Amino acid sequence: MIKNKLKEQVMHIVFLLSACISILAVALICIFIFINGIPAMAEIGVFKFLSGTVWKPSSNIYGIFPMILGSLYVTAGAIIIGVPIGILTAVFLAHFCPQKLYRILKPIIDLLAGIPSVVYGFFGLMVILPLIRNYLGGSGSSMLAASIVLGIMIIPTVIGVSETAIRAVPESYYEGALALGATHERSIFFTVLPAAKSGILAGVILGIGRAIGETMAVVMVAGNQAIIPSGLLKGLRTLTANIVLEMGYAADLHRGALIATAVVLFVFILIINLTFSVIKRRSKI
Amino acid sequence: MKMRSWSRIQAILLRGAVYLSAVLTAGILICLVIYILVKGIPHLSFNLFSFTYTTENVSMFPALINTITITLLSLLIAVPLGIFSALYLVEYAKRGNRLVSLVRLTAETLSGIPSIVYGLFGFLLFVTTLGFGYSLLAGALTLAIMILPVIMRTTEEALMSVPDSYREGSFGLGAGKLRTIFRIVLPAAMPGILAGIVLSVGRIVGETAALIYTAGSVAQIPANLLGSGRTLSVHMYALWTEGLFIEQSYATAVVLLVIVIGLNTVSASIAKRLGKGKV
Repeated sequence: MIKNKLKEQVMHIVFLLSACISILAVALICIFIFINGIPAMAEIGVFKFLSGTVWKPSSNIYGIFPMILGSLYVTAGAIIIGVPIGILTAVFLAHFCPQKLYRILKPIIDLLAGIPSVVYGFFGLMVILPLIRNYLGGSGSSMLAASIVLGIMIIPTVIGVSETAIRAVPESYYEGALALGATHERSIFFTVLPAAKSGILAGVILGIGRAIGETMAVVMVAGNQAIIPSGLLKGLRTLTANIVLEMGYAADLHRGALIATAVVLFVFILIINLTFSVIKRRSKI
Repeated sequence: MKMRSWSRIQAILLRGAVYLSAVLTAGILICLVIYILVKGIPHLSFNLFSFTYTTENVSMFPALINTITITLLSLLIAVPLGIFSALYLVEYAKRGNRLVSLVRLTAETLSGIPSIVYGLFGFLLFVTTLGFGYSLLAGALTLAIMILPVIMRTTEEALMSVPDSYREGSFGLGAGKLRTIFRIVLPAAMPGILAGIVLSVGRIVGETAALIYTAGSVAQIPANLLGSGRTLSVHMYALWTEGLFIEQSYATAVVLLVIVIGLNTVSASIAKRLGKGKV
């Protein structure tokens, strides 16, 4: 009996400690990234680091403004391409899709979420780049290519959250609109969708987080020139690409500057995450 | 009259946009899968699966073995931790416990962190500070942290869907809390937990950015867990950086795709069984 009680208590503590692992993990990640990144940022000068337009490790010049812009541009591009398709597909799944088709379409979308990012990158490399090169000119590796690939990659994320949000709208909204003489389409787009607004917004924010954090697919199609992007068909480099491309051979201040790049990325992600949880809590999905 | 026809046009336009998007989403996936399969299957040769990698055969066999090793090792670390913490959150913590909301918040944060940041963290903590060097162990530890929130969340959901009457019945028969959890609650929640594990296997197999600077990219099977080795996804990326092996990249993409489709099918069939069990 006493042995049993002891076992209960020991396991209670084991479970409690396990639960604390994720707190520990976040703390460790913050500490390691910030401790290694902040000193480098201070040495370069925070303002010079963030707003410097020249990235030239060979002459010790570290400005990541082009990469910040690069990340923002491709993320915006991905949103423009992926969000409308994602939301409309979610509408289709929730309100237009016959049950039989749903059983086929849903696994397809889940699969889209599961495909490794290198495979997306490779697909972009072999299919989208040649298309851009042949029809629009340039080398193909460009902001446009990266936006398209990222746009495709965030579609399943947007669909997942939006569909849940749309389905959570009470049936009576839709029925009320129908009863007032609106068509099926009008009822959905002008009553159901606005009611699901904040849930859909949460999905879009999650998509933004995914796009800004994506690395491999972008590296393979964006061209990676560390200069301020000058056009849709010109190459650019994102924050993530900057880290993955140079970390292999970087040393000293160069390595510090790359970790500081991760600090900037991390801060972006924290802001996005925080916005997501606030909106999610408000929309209760 | 004019109003009527406008609303009809509007309806047709909206419906068209919705259908077009759905077709586009499904179309992209089908294009991608068919393209990779058609281009890649002819390049799947016996040589690609030789035991050791040379620049002549560009074998992906070592990468395949490394992928399996890293997957098992990460699961070994993350699955018990994930299940235990979910058990604490659902079965032990009292309502309104501050710790619970902190754990949930951090788990949510973990699931939003980009894989390259995990990679950098793994590099700083495991590879340099703890001195593991580029190794399968460092890679697996990094990925274990990455999949922890996935396992936690799916287990939590599975535990919460176990009816309270199960627990009450078990208590009523005189079983203790621990016995109830391991004999009654966990078995009932198992399909949901399994689906989560399969999902995280998919994430591990597809991961690249978190592994390049933790497990490294040596193309051989290391002698032990402290040796460096590339997984299949890293292999594909490495082939791209070398820029010489397009055919082999296609073949690797086929293998990756087949694994991912397989995992998805397994997880869907588990979920389906779960759905049936509930009714």
